[in-house]
Amino acid sequence: MNGSAAIAGDPTGKPVIEVSGLTKRFGDKTVVDHFDMSVPKGAIYGFLGPNGSGKTTTIRMMCGLLTPDSGAGTCLGYNILTQSHLIKEHVGYMTQKFSLYEDLSIRQNLDFIARMYRVPRRTERVENALEELGLADRASQLAGQLSGGWKQRLALAACLLHDPQLLLLDEPTAGVDPKARRDFWDEIRRLSDRGVTVLVSTHYMDEAIQCDFIAYIAYGRKLIDGEAAGIPGQVGLVTWRVEGPKLAALAEELTGQPGVEQVARFGAALHVSGTDAAALAATVSKLKKTGKRTWKQQPAGLEEVFIHLMAGSQDNFAGRSPT
Amino acid sequence: MSASYSSGRFSAVLFKEFIQMRRDRMTFAMMIALPIIQLILFGFAINNDPKNLQTYIEMNDTGPVSRSFLAAMQNSKYFDFQGIVANTEQIDAVLKDGRAAFVISIPEGFERAVLRGDRPSLLVIADATDPAASGNAVAALNQLVSSSLQGMTDTVLQSLAARPPPFSVIVHNRYNPAGVTSYNIVPGLLAIILSMTMVMITAMAIVRESERGTMEALLSTPARPIEVMLGKILPYVVIGYVQTLVFLGMALLLFEVPFNGSWQSFLIGVNVFIVVNLALGFLFSTVARSQMQAMQMSFFYILPSILLSGFMFPFSGMPIWAQYIGSAIPTTHFIRIVRKVMLKGGEIAEIVPDLMALLVIMVIITGLAMLRYRQTLD
Repeated sequence: MNGSAAIAGDPTGKPVIEVSGLTKRFGDKTVVDHFDMSVPKGAIYGFLGPNGSGKTTTIRMMCGLLTPDSGAGTCLGYNILTQSHLIKEHVGYMTQKFSLYEDLSIRQNLDFIARMYRVPRRTERVENALEELGLADRASQLAGQLSGGWKQRLALAACLLHDPQLLLLDEPTAGVDPKARRDFWDEIRRLSDRGVTVLVSTHYMDEAIQCDFIAYIAYGRKLIDGEAAGIPGQVGLVTWRVEGPKLAALAEELTGQPGVEQVARFGAALHVSGTDAAALAATVSKLKKTGKRTWKQQPAGLEEVFIHLMAGSQDNFAGRSPT
Repeated sequence: MSASYSSGRFSAVLFKEFIQMRRDRMTFAMMIALPIIQLILFGFAINNDPKNLQTYIEMNDTGPVSRSFLAAMQNSKYFDFQGIVANTEQIDAVLKDGRAAFVISIPEGFERAVLRGDRPSLLVIADATDPAASGNAVAALNQLVSSSLQGMTDTVLQSLAARPPPFSVIVHNRYNPAGVTSYNIVPGLLAIILSMTMVMITAMAIVRESERGTMEALLSTPARPIEVMLGKILPYVVIGYVQTLVFLGMALLLFEVPFNGSWQSFLIGVNVFIVVNLALGFLFSTVARSQMQAMQMSFFYILPSILLSGFMFPFSGMPIWAQYIGSAIPTTHFIRIVRKVMLKGGEIAEIVPDLMALLVIMVIITGLAMLRYRQTLD
């Protein structure tokens, strides 16, 4: 598998995914609203947002599984509207829900996917994948009997069989234990080092930190995007960390004070954030006098940023009846 | 306290159940519509005493006796005269392709023989492939012989009427002389077996992919829809062949149903019917959202195809509207094909009308299915 890092068709360093104005409506609900995105080659691009924010729909539109109502773009240089079958040849798409056959064995599943992509030297590739997975001795077990973490690894192995240039991972680590998640991300890193572009959706902040770039989407609209490290700076959020006794009471006291836009509990501490640094500092210095608490200003983390962004965006699904 | 019966908890479950019942529209529709459909079908459409059976006459003699007898037949409502046939070939033809349920043959010199008191015989050839359909009509015939002459003013005839019947009716049960019911039921069963399996299993197999989420993975591969559909449907065609083979073995060996027709016409019929059913299963799969719904839809289809196809109850006994519905069901035409081929020795020429009907239904169903089929997930 090594050595196949060179990617054809993209010598100019053009973005792997370049879409603009993507819009998708289901009925009268606009699930994705004028979405623009540019994913550079070889990057790990984190696609963040709360549940139901349109991440899955956007990913499906980018690999040709859904037709956008409006908008256009390219994926791996192919038009997402007209060349979806060519995109599919070079994309590995891992669905949110386990979508291999639970009533086929592990080997049969891999073999099936390899045949769908017409992978050359198929048997050898499947055996290699089994070895790498560490499932060689359990290859005839049914996929449905695997635990959540193993299913996820199997699904990843399945979408790597055809050496895709782009991996689309839709919440790959949902419901997977921390150790398995860590291993999974090590694997993503290795793939990225080999030149594979990875677009991964998640709502775990510790995973967001691992990404090179981040786009944050809520209620179908992109709120922010850019290099992961630069996101808090873009928003201009200031955060104070408070530790000490009676934090719940303090949190109530803080709410509504000048400069305080957001109070969030992080374990044994409170994170108090706001965009108006001066007003926030004034409030903090006033409250510092009450109680024996330690106050410390620190750079705003991604999590604070996203809570902040969420609060500022409008929920266009609110008040709708369940379907 | 919590161990005792709580009406609050009971009503919570009760209300939840009603809410869920309302959400599942398909099941709800089934519960309301199925009894109505069953009542209508059993109450109005099904008739075990079919009237207006299509009848042809071979007139080798005419006179007051035969005229009076034919009039009595028509008045009995059992027989509906369609026309005249001139010779044995024509008699065979109308019976074989199902245009006639009965042919009345009035022999030469019939009238004179009656007047002379020779007590001649009048031949009635019945299509006995469905003994139940023709039974009552045949039973009525003998009564008609005596009653038909009662209104006659001719003294000779009147005196004849008083005595034992002036002529007799010989019924010739064609295709199934012994009136074996299984000769009628068993060939029809092939149609029912095939449509049950083909429609239901295909619909469920396709819906299963989307229900379990595997369809998304399939669609994300470069596979073309035609590849997926052919690959998914072909195994069930094989199953259909296996079922047909098992059926033939059982029908011929166990039930000893004759196979008088040509194998070619049988094979053509089976293949067309399998394709029609697969298309129907495919159509259902594009509508159903779960395997459960696919099963319910198939059941919705199977019920009328058992009741209105002529499989269990005589087709000719149904009112016209039910016959129209029955004609839209592929099973109806396939049952006719199988019965024609196995019992009547039908060749390709005889099954052409039913084949055409099947092809028309197939084109319509396939068109509808294609309209509804989506390659993408939207």
